[in-house]
Amino acid sequence: MNLQVDENGRLRHFLSIDGLDRDILTNILDTAESFTGVTDQTIKKVPLLRGKTIVNLFFEPSTRTRTTFELAAKRLSADVLNINLNASATSKGETLLDTLRNLEAMHSDMFVVRHADSGAAHFIARHTQPHISIINAGDGRHAHPTQAMLDMFTIRRHKAEFKNLTVAIVGDILHSRVARSQIIALNILGTGEIRVVAPRTLIPAGIDALGVQVHHHLESGIKDADVVIMLRLQNERMQGALLPSEHEYFKLYGLTEDRLAVAKPDAIVMHPGPINRGVEMDSQVADGSRSVILQQVSYGIAVRMAVMSLAMRSQQDAGGTQDAN
Amino acid sequence: MRTRITGGRIIDPANAIDETLDIFIEDGKIVAVSKELKGFKADEEINATGMWVMPGLIDLSARLREPGEEHKSTIESETRAAASAGITTLCCPPDTTPIIDTPAVAELIQKRAEQAGFAKVLPIGALTRQLNNERLSEMASLKEAGCVAVHNITPLANTQIQRTAMEYAATHNMTVFITPEDTWLRNNGCVHEGRVSTRLGLPGIPEAAETAAVARDLALIEQIGVKAHFCRLSTARAVRMIARAQHDGLPVTADVCAHQLHLTEMDISDFDSNCHVNPPLRAQRDREGLRRGVIENVIQAICSDHQPHEADAKLAPFSSTRAGISALETLLPLSLRLIEEEKQSVIETIRRLTSGPANILNLDTGTLGVNKPADICILDPDSYWQLSTENMLSQGHNTPFINWEFKGQVKYTLLNGKTVFKRS
Repeated sequence: MNLQVDENGRLRHFLSIDGLDRDILTNILDTAESFTGVTDQTIKKVPLLRGKTIVNLFFEPSTRTRTTFELAAKRLSADVLNINLNASATSKGETLLDTLRNLEAMHSDMFVVRHADSGAAHFIARHTQPHISIINAGDGRHAHPTQAMLDMFTIRRHKAEFKNLTVAIVGDILHSRVARSQIIALNILGTGEIRVVAPRTLIPAGIDALGVQVHHHLESGIKDADVVIMLRLQNERMQGALLPSEHEYFKLYGLTEDRLAVAKPDAIVMHPGPINRGVEMDSQVADGSRSVILQQVSYGIAVRMAVMSLAMRSQQDAGGTQDAN
Repeated sequence: MRTRITGGRIIDPANAIDETLDIFIEDGKIVAVSKELKGFKADEEINATGMWVMPGLIDLSARLREPGEEHKSTIESETRAAASAGITTLCCPPDTTPIIDTPAVAELIQKRAEQAGFAKVLPIGALTRQLNNERLSEMASLKEAGCVAVHNITPLANTQIQRTAMEYAATHNMTVFITPEDTWLRNNGCVHEGRVSTRLGLPGIPEAAETAAVARDLALIEQIGVKAHFCRLSTARAVRMIARAQHDGLPVTADVCAHQLHLTEMDISDFDSNCHVNPPLRAQRDREGLRRGVIENVIQAICSDHQPHEADAKLAPFSSTRAGISALETLLPLSLRLIEEEKQSVIETIRRLTSGPANILNLDTGTLGVNKPADICILDPDSYWQLSTENMLSQGHNTPFINWEFKGQVKYTLLNGKTVFKRS
């Protein structure tokens, strides 16, 4: 049984890209397209979720993702509650389930959840009351589906058909929930060729089963690519046994204008942010004409508005009596 | 008290018997297995026509959670569940609280089992004191107190201590149980490193965490000559390594959990915490390799690795849940599936649950031999049933096999000639 869709095949929770079909993804992108106008108006609001309460439930620190979720909810006219738990609740011996029961008692309609454990969003969706919709804002190394969808949105805005595209994802694939969700979304949307580029220490076992080609050298990895996605390299990775140094990483995998020359001339460069300048890429690329990194951020709001309104629509139709309670 | 079991198909791997005979029991011991015994007047007769009559099963690893974690289960609750599943002997790993590193704890566990009266419980002593991987335990005293082997549960990272522990165990003719796992390669992993760990973003445990440890310990065993038993194999490669060692004449045996013969990493699906086990469920080819190991007798015993938990232990995101399956009641039915699925003979399948484990520990049970304790399991081989939380007797309901349909159901279990379970 797929937790994420209702009996009519519509989005109910948004936990991972895995398990969704092309129609649902396309519907999210189309809906996001319709919301981009809202952001440009002087009054940046639509009344779709008026009277709804959305809880941003962050068990892991985040500023950017939380802020865009908050803005998206407010533009849909919902009430927003931000709760940062940063493991403080669990250190008091309260289980995740206890925390959820308490929040349910506050009559919320949607939880936007970020948690350090893979599978946390699935767990929460399984154990909260059925009228609450769960949006995954990142769980462990597993998934970050709204980030992947805003990346798909960005690609669709700049490029034509996915089937003619070559997309290269460069960096720490092993620990990246963003990369996992991107790969699955790109496949569902029928992308021509998907490559991952990293040293072997940062490539997870059996990644080829997800439908990607593995490259260990940047030049071959981004050759003739239409889209180059650079992943953030966490500082702690560079101090472990996975990589010898920042210096060597940049030397081998850092994106510079020179290196980018092997990609298609109209290639776009993306990054989920925040960028480590001089590690993943140099400033010339980050601020250059082919970079669409800031557009990703603003599209993020429209995409999250789309996901929230679609999931809430399914919930409203399912539980018509819920509002009366 | 004299009991006669009549008309059943006797399956006794230890004595190579598979035919329809009667069993005659007096004062808790088997006095004859034959068509007739002159002058025997039974006080009680059990009609076993159409049933299989076999030695009570021996389970090499079952956590009973007592002493220390009685909120999960007790010796009484779990031995009762064992009896209902045809198991008459359970080996209890040393990681109770307190740990089985003193004779007092070993004796307490046996005494509680005797009081409950459903099954024999044999404690396994700690290899190192407090299982702390630093100081050797008092193995000679533990042996005197009834411990049948020594085990360390978490593997010893320090090879020198592993070596001296093996040497000391060999001095006292104790079998060393080994968990083959390289602690560093395991790291914080909670599932098999492969397609599923990659898809779900869960930290993986590579195959080499097992094979590297097997290789290290085989090197030590070869030098020391200690009787060693590899617990809970999970990879096809480790099975091949142990097969080679056995071929070379090393004194090594091995077991596998029943669930490893049926599940793979794919069963984790969307983070099913009932499939969180250690060692992890691995790939399809590993499951095939483990089955081959059982069929070829590289693996001499199938065990339950029973680990009952309270419901909360499984209610958290996958990696934060406790590992383990409540498995006593699925040990026999899962093993019997090999008969149809792999065309393994009935007698060889039963051997892995009776004389196989008995020989590993030099026990006098696991056989229907004359003068042996009358620990007997009587099974209706054609009865179909479905596992549900309602019909489970174990206090732990954590199992991925809920709603599975099984063929073959235990009708009677006898312990020292006394009926400790009867299904009406």
